[in-house]
Amino acid sequence: MANGTFSRTVVVTNPQGVHARPADMFVKLASQYESKIEVIKDGERVDGKSILAMLTLAAVEGTTLKLEGTGPDAEAAVAALAELVLRDFDENEPLTNK
Amino acid sequence: MQKLQGIAVSPGVAMGEALVMDNEGFRIPRRFVARDAVEHELERLDQAIRAAGEEIDANRQAVSRELGDQYGAVFSAHLQMLRDPALRIELDEMIRQRHYSPEYAVSRALRRYAKVFQSIESSYLAERVNDIFDIEKRLLRNLLGRRREELSQVISPVVVLAHNLTPSETANLNREFVRGFATEIGGPGSHTAIVAEGMEIPAVVGTGPFLTDVSGGDLVIIDGDLGLVILQPDEETIARYRHEAAEHVSRATQLEALKELPAETADGVRIELFGNIEFPHEVRHCVERGSDGIGLYRTEFLYLGAASEPDEAVHYEAYASVMNEMHDRPVIIRTCDLGADKVSHDAEETRNPTLGLRSIRLSLKNLPLFRVQLRALVRASALGDLRIMFPLISTLLELRQAKMVLADVMEDLDEEGVKFNHQLPVGMMVEVPAAVLMIDHFVDEVDFLSIGTNDLTQYTLAADRSNKDVAGLYSSADPAVLRLIRMAITAADLKQVPVNICGQMSGNSLYTLLLLGLGLRRLSVPPSTIPEIKMVCRTVTIPQCQRVADHVMTLENSRDIKNYLRDELKKVVPQLVS
Repeated sequence: MANGTFSRTVVVTNPQGVHARPADMFVKLASQYESKIEVIKDGERVDGKSILAMLTLAAVEGTTLKLEGTGPDAEAAVAALAELVLRDFDENEPLTNK
Repeated sequence: MQKLQGIAVSPGVAMGEALVMDNEGFRIPRRFVARDAVEHELERLDQAIRAAGEEIDANRQAVSRELGDQYGAVFSAHLQMLRDPALRIELDEMIRQRHYSPEYAVSRALRRYAKVFQSIESSYLAERVNDIFDIEKRLLRNLLGRRREELSQVISPVVVLAHNLTPSETANLNREFVRGFATEIGGPGSHTAIVAEGMEIPAVVGTGPFLTDVSGGDLVIIDGDLGLVILQPDEETIARYRHEAAEHVSRATQLEALKELPAETADGVRIELFGNIEFPHEVRHCVERGSDGIGLYRTEFLYLGAASEPDEAVHYEAYASVMNEMHDRPVIIRTCDLGADKVSHDAEETRNPTLGLRSIRLSLKNLPLFRVQLRALVRASALGDLRIMFPLISTLLELRQAKMVLADVMEDLDEEGVKFNHQLPVGMMVEVPAAVLMIDHFVDEVDFLSIGTNDLTQYTLAADRSNKDVAGLYSSADPAVLRLIRMAITAADLKQVPVNICGQMSGNSLYTLLLLGLGLRRLSVPPSTIPEIKMVCRTVTIPQCQRVADHVMTLENSRDIKNYLRDELKKVVPQLVS
């Protein structure tokens, strides 16, 4: 299996942005993969397996993030992480009750 | 490098390692570890991370069980932060490459994140800042374990940085190793200010928040002359301050030469220079500088440092040690000047403490407490020239009540056959405008007056000196304050009652010409300022001072007054004006 670099661009759509809980979920998921995961916002690049670094991005609703994976399982990792962001970190369901 | 402007409350410059006090009283120990201890220190760090992780996990489980999983999720994020691999790499680098202690590295790294979060204009990260501090505390608690130290156990020189030092914290400090203070809040006259002055170490208060930007062990400069706190100073700044420190020493040597000479004006008028003290050991500072007596011995610390109310023996011991050291020179001891909240823990909180139950009002309301102090004072009067002073007298009735309690105590002691000075002089502080307005009556009933400029200024201008928003109104050089001071002096002179002045104003050489010109012949000052004030006294003549005072009294605001006084002082003693 080739060590490739895969990337995908997603927009944060959950109203509260990537706050502590979503960042926690993101990092937990990213850490399940062997590949190096990086998240890029406006040219700022941080380690996707570090919750502190993710929080410093201050990715609020509407922020465009580029997810980049490098390593043996990069393609699967990027796909799963993009999916998580697009699912609004599973936060959208309680919102319909509001 | 980061510079913070605060209020200078005690002069001088201190440079040293920071001791950061937060609400848990943490002191973060020395910043470096030995090269061969690195592996051991890293192991210690990992143990602390593991232990802290277990604690957080236990919290998470408990909260999830009681409140549901969504609440436990907060702790899950905490745990993630604690175990963040990027953080671990950063800590590893700090300990391995820079030889920081794990404590220092943790504090340094996490505070940096906190700062980044704080700088982000988004409220959702505000909570994260507290998470970071929470993790820092948890890690430090685990790292320090039983080695966590109390302020009283400081064993190397430090500068103390705190939000606000409580009187009991300052009272319990190990003085030997504290080189300076800086606090986020407070003003001139705050306890930090008074203690620093007493210890003769530099202090800056009211800088606004900065504690989150500094870690224990950082190099910090406290400039008590300019009111600056400098965090992580650069080489150039350090060099400049080192140079200034050397100059300071040479000026002190110059002033030292004045020690044996009397405070006498150039035209031969003798000025009495007294020292203000807080603790008996400060008598030494006064004697060393050739003070003529103690003009204000504040007795509050007898109450503050102790776990329980001091008994008569404790009072007596303190007073006797001061009397014995001063021999026959006068010692003016002020009775308790505390607020009710400081004396009794169950006192109700009042909304306006400076206008509430404090000082002589508290003494008169709590007679057993007052009598204990008075008995000790009267007994100590057998040892020398002890004089009693009542603070915060507002009405004639209060003065008479206080004197009555004193007479009663004397009578008791007489009956017990205890020896004391039956003629011991009794005076009052003039610090409430009401007392100044009635001063012609007061002078008939006291042996001496002492003008307390700090409170007089605050009550006259209705401005709290520790409130940043109105501190600008607070100035002892305000013409209204000066008129009250002049009124008091005129009334006292008429009846030939000696009048003294104490408070920040008397210790500031800027005001010496004015105060002598207004007719004062006795100044009570912080011991550290005795040489400087003496130098001014010995340089000027009384007519010269009177001209200055006459002109000052025509001016309309404190700024003009200060500028004029600065110019006048520059003419006579240029080396004192920067």
